[in-house]
Amino acid sequence: MTQVTLTINGQSYTRNVEPRMLLSDFLRHELGLMGTHVGCEHGVCGACTILVDGESARSCLMFAVQADGLSITTVEGLAKDKDNLHPLQQSFWEAHGLQCGYCTPGILMSMIPFLKQNPNPTEDEIRHALSGNLCRCTGYQHIVDAVKLASEKMK
Amino acid sequence: MKPALFEYHAPRSLEEALTLKKEHGDEAKILAGGQSLVPAMNFRVVQPSLLIDLNRVNELSFIREDGNTIRIGAMARERHLEFDATIAKQTPLLHEAVPFIAHPQIRNRGTIGGSIVNADPAAELPVLMLALNARLKAKNKSGERWIDAQDFFVGMFTTALEPDEILVEIELPFSLPRTGWSFMEVAPRAGDYAMMGVAALVTLDEAGKCKAAKLVYLNAGDGPVNAVEAAKLLESEVLNDKLIETAASMASEKEINPFGNMHASADFQRHLAKVLTKQTLQKAARRAGEMI
Repeated sequence: MTQVTLTINGQSYTRNVEPRMLLSDFLRHELGLMGTHVGCEHGVCGACTILVDGESARSCLMFAVQADGLSITTVEGLAKDKDNLHPLQQSFWEAHGLQCGYCTPGILMSMIPFLKQNPNPTEDEIRHALSGNLCRCTGYQHIVDAVKLASEKMK
Repeated sequence: MKPALFEYHAPRSLEEALTLKKEHGDEAKILAGGQSLVPAMNFRVVQPSLLIDLNRVNELSFIREDGNTIRIGAMARERHLEFDATIAKQTPLLHEAVPFIAHPQIRNRGTIGGSIVNADPAAELPVLMLALNARLKAKNKSGERWIDAQDFFVGMFTTALEPDEILVEIELPFSLPRTGWSFMEVAPRAGDYAMMGVAALVTLDEAGKCKAAKLVYLNAGDGPVNAVEAAKLLESEVLNDKLIETAASMASEKEINPFGNMHASADFQRHLAKVLTKQTLQKAARRAGEMI
């Protein structure tokens, strides 16, 4: 077992973990942060995307021990509470950007840095930015609409 | 879908990492960005008994100019290559190609050294190393050696590295004067593994004749494939559509050896190679012509 101390959504956590524990499993099973979803576990579906020091990354392709000392943001870190959603979340709500919701946390965490880097994206750029996240409901049009709406709200 | 047990080391210095590699050889896998290794471990296709994580070896994360070369530490992230101003200016082919590597979420973690050592025939960076005449520095406990990219890739997922060696640095010569570039690939979706991809470079002389050309292909054999015969056809000639067509036929019919997969038959891959060769050569020649 190896001790790790990391900051998640501004809060510090220390735990002892096996080196083989994936960061995605650490978040869910050790810390109970179930917002980060696990789909393919080989980096393809994007459901487990989180921010590592502000940059998007697949939490299923990192070991928890690697996150020692790092600062992580998960989907739980976006909104203060359910009445104060992040404008990106609010936009997904308003534009019906989700059906079953399984892919949503990963999409939100991919779109946060994307919109920071590109505050006025075209529809093509949004579609390109979404290409690393799979939605099995295939409701992509509403997801694209939601990201577009968010870019307007966040101006 | 969970990795098997392994021992984990996260050395803080290269020296420490080299000591571990010497002690454990092939039993120890280097963990760089982990964007290919960790999926393989999750599937248990790969079950190393020991991981040497280089993510805390800060001395391997650099991109700097040195004379007429760019030196890149093996742990430089692909995302950093993408936004580096020196790379954009001095090796524009690399700058153009990096955004084709998977998705930003992957490039944020993936490293240049990791992708090169993984030596996936479908990956972009091995192709680019060959196209750019990269030299690769390998180190072990007792010393270091430089390996030319063309000698580094020896087969499918196989490199010239010895079990006790670690790739530490990549040296890229600046693009030559009057050299045009182009990188193109065709993938089922943006960010997917490409069915075919080509890196092309064309250097013109002052009169506008082709002095040298380079064509390197991904997913076209058991490593990056350098189409030397097709490139030779272009040398000392003024490039025109007919010549480019001939070179594209030579490369796509005689020099590459695609295997075909679930997305594309070998025939379709050859077809893509021909189309992409023509398009990349035209673009590279046009860019070179604008520099005369």
